[in-house]
Amino acid sequence: MTTLEQQAGQAIRPFTVHFRKAALDDLRRRLATTRWPTRELVGDRSQGVQLATMQALGRYWAGRYDLGRVQARLNALPQFTTEIDGVDLHFVHVRSRHPGALPLIMTHGWPGSIIEMIDSVGPLTDPTAHGGTADDAFHLVLPSLPGYGFSAEPAEVGWDLVRTARAWAELMRRLGYDRYVAQGGDVGAGVTDAIGRLGPEGLIGIHTNLLVPALNDPAALPDDTAEEQAALAAIKVFQTTGNGYFVEMATRPETIGYALLDSPAALAAWMIDHDTDAYYKIAAAFADGRPAGNLTRDHILDNVTAYWLTGTGASTARSYWEAYGPDAPAAGRPPLPDPRVPVGFSTFPGEIWRTPRSWAEQSYPTLNYFGQAERGGHFAAWEEPELFADQLRAAFRPLR
Amino acid sequence: MTSQPTRRQLLQGSLAAGLTVAASTALGPAPASAAPSTGHPGIRPFRVAIRRERVAEMRRRVAATRWPSRELVADRSQGVQLASAQALARFWATSYDWRRFEAKLNAFPQFKTEIDGVDIHFVQVRSRHRDALPLVMTHGWPGSVVELLETVGPLTDPTAHGGSAADAFHLVLPSIPGYGFSGKPAELGWDTNRTARAWAELMRRLGYTGYVAQGGDVGAAVTDNLGRLAPPGLLGIHLNLLVPALGGTGNLPKNTDEEKAAAAALQTFSTSGRGYLVEQSTRPQTIGYALLDSPVALAAWMLDHDTDSYLKISRAFRGGPPSGNLTREHVLDNVSVYWLTGTGESAARAYWERAQTSGHPQAPVPVPVAFSAFPGEIFQAPRSWAEASYPTLRHYSKATRGGHFAAWEEPQLFVEELRAAFRSFR
Repeated sequence: MTTLEQQAGQAIRPFTVHFRKAALDDLRRRLATTRWPTRELVGDRSQGVQLATMQALGRYWAGRYDLGRVQARLNALPQFTTEIDGVDLHFVHVRSRHPGALPLIMTHGWPGSIIEMIDSVGPLTDPTAHGGTADDAFHLVLPSLPGYGFSAEPAEVGWDLVRTARAWAELMRRLGYDRYVAQGGDVGAGVTDAIGRLGPEGLIGIHTNLLVPALNDPAALPDDTAEEQAALAAIKVFQTTGNGYFVEMATRPETIGYALLDSPAALAAWMIDHDTDAYYKIAAAFADGRPAGNLTRDHILDNVTAYWLTGTGASTARSYWEAYGPDAPAAGRPPLPDPRVPVGFSTFPGEIWRTPRSWAEQSYPTLNYFGQAERGGHFAAWEEPELFADQLRAAFRPLR
Repeated sequence: MTSQPTRRQLLQGSLAAGLTVAASTALGPAPASAAPSTGHPGIRPFRVAIRRERVAEMRRRVAATRWPSRELVADRSQGVQLASAQALARFWATSYDWRRFEAKLNAFPQFKTEIDGVDIHFVQVRSRHRDALPLVMTHGWPGSVVELLETVGPLTDPTAHGGSAADAFHLVLPSIPGYGFSGKPAELGWDTNRTARAWAELMRRLGYTGYVAQGGDVGAAVTDNLGRLAPPGLLGIHLNLLVPALGGTGNLPKNTDEEKAAAAALQTFSTSGRGYLVEQSTRPQTIGYALLDSPVALAAWMLDHDTDSYLKISRAFRGGPPSGNLTREHVLDNVSVYWLTGTGESAARAYWERAQTSGHPQAPVPVPVAFSAFPGEIFQAPRSWAEASYPTLRHYSKATRGGHFAAWEEPQLFVEELRAAFRSFR
């Protein structure tokens, strides 16, 4: 059997995850000796990740969580690495058995990793087993962003979203895909937005589930309807009280990096202190074991454990410095032109703000799909993989 | 309603202070274990005694640090540089002597007293000079009383430090609630206003009826708030951070080069230098996990303050000469206090508290104000800004050296600023 990867030559190498036992032992030891702060003085998340949540997470991580899960789950998927633009990039590549499947490159965000996407693999590549038809099939490419997970850390500055988007175009070319689509949420939406604007040969459309242009300049968007005003207010709340992690990582990634490398509790707290909706869902999962959708304790800790064992806290934070920081080479660069390929957008109700159709239309003149999912939040693919796959099927159907 | 104290009130205050000194002198100089001269029943002597295992554990954790990869820039623009953090950790794990600092701190008379539900720790050093002016001086973040210890000699014993008896102060150095050896507030509401009220009560309890207050950084906010509160007995304040400008420079002039430079420096700070401030003001608990569990995370978080002090401290650890008194030992004394008291999260929480009430309308400061600008500060506040911020400004000067941690870095220069500033208030 000749796989596409082999056809592409030596440049693409199979990859399996292997964590050393010493690293797992060290993690266990650190978890067992966590030195906790005193309890917050409020009854909600307004001072940050609550002590009861963190202690429940710590107990589960140290006592019940199987540290072998990350390795086992990832090694169940075909994984590869290939060097592009000086960085060894890791990716999962799952080809559908349906010959007409549409190649799709899907990008995770922060504090995510390809672990957010694992449960989308089945519905997307094998739709007939997951409520879809053969016409809904995708060949799936899930790269780890540079500096994230099992991709290498860039050794030089300049890896902003556009450079990553260029690397993705090269990856798809190397894999022999001459007609493909791209998708992403969070940082992955930034990369996907950028690849849409670059418009490399072969890219026929994009879909995002975070409206990147709205974060860049919310004031430029219409604020007439109640829905628009609610979205603006939600962005304002985020920018007033919810963007501490963002500011720190965009300006001082190395400083927070010491915490993220040296203390598993610090890493977990930093990662679950994302948007309010996801925080409360994750906190509830650890408090009483009742997860929202697929955001289970094990799945959350798969992701945190992957960050810990790959030691990528600092390098993932650095990606914010590159993408959003005032001192990065990309800062102040003129924006890329609007995408010329069709753009699909899905809004999930728990997202930081609920994007109105008017905003998506104004942001993307080539918008050809706008969907509203009934459940799910910022980590849509992770939390509601089936609903998420439904959105992608609907968004990309007209492009096949 | 408060107003500027009358001349008669000032005289009464000085008189009362003098009487207290006389009583104190009769008892002889207070040794470290002595109660303050006023003998307030709620004031207990205090000494620091950290258990040996806790010091050993700190060293063990430092030695077991799991490091990130190196930053990709040659300057501080991605944060605390790996070489600096590793040099700090090496010194901390192998050469640093906590007991030396503990003995140094315990050589000063320290006390605790409960005010408004929180045990307040303070150093109190009375001058042997009868007419010494009582002074409550407040540290900031990432500081503690450690920053202020080198000023004790020059302030309380001026004749041994290039001054005259007329420059003497009775010194009170409290630890802000949630910081160092003070208790952690168990309820919401401890913003800098409430801390200022507690300081007024502390000075009342100590029997000081005519006193002045001083502060930089968070200590400047407390001192500013104390000035606005203008409790009976407060004669004036001195600041070395222009707190009102941090809330916005919209009302401040930007015409001269000096004013433009200050505005530009503040803009740089707000663009790239306030990550710690945003995080502590919004999610103190989240960063608290790091600050309690990893000594190196704590040290990095604390070193990553303003650019000037970062570069000075970094240089000291990387084999260069320290800037003034910002030596490796002194920097680690302060970080170790945070670690051993486990106050990373509670100190961060004080920023959250301040954020809850920031922007609320404030009364003007009715008492005289003095301001000193240090060249390495985040922004060098021009006289015009100090005047616009404080209509009762009576003294403004620029020091020749020193930065954000002025008292710590240049204690002698800092003391000279205070002597000059408060001379007219005596």
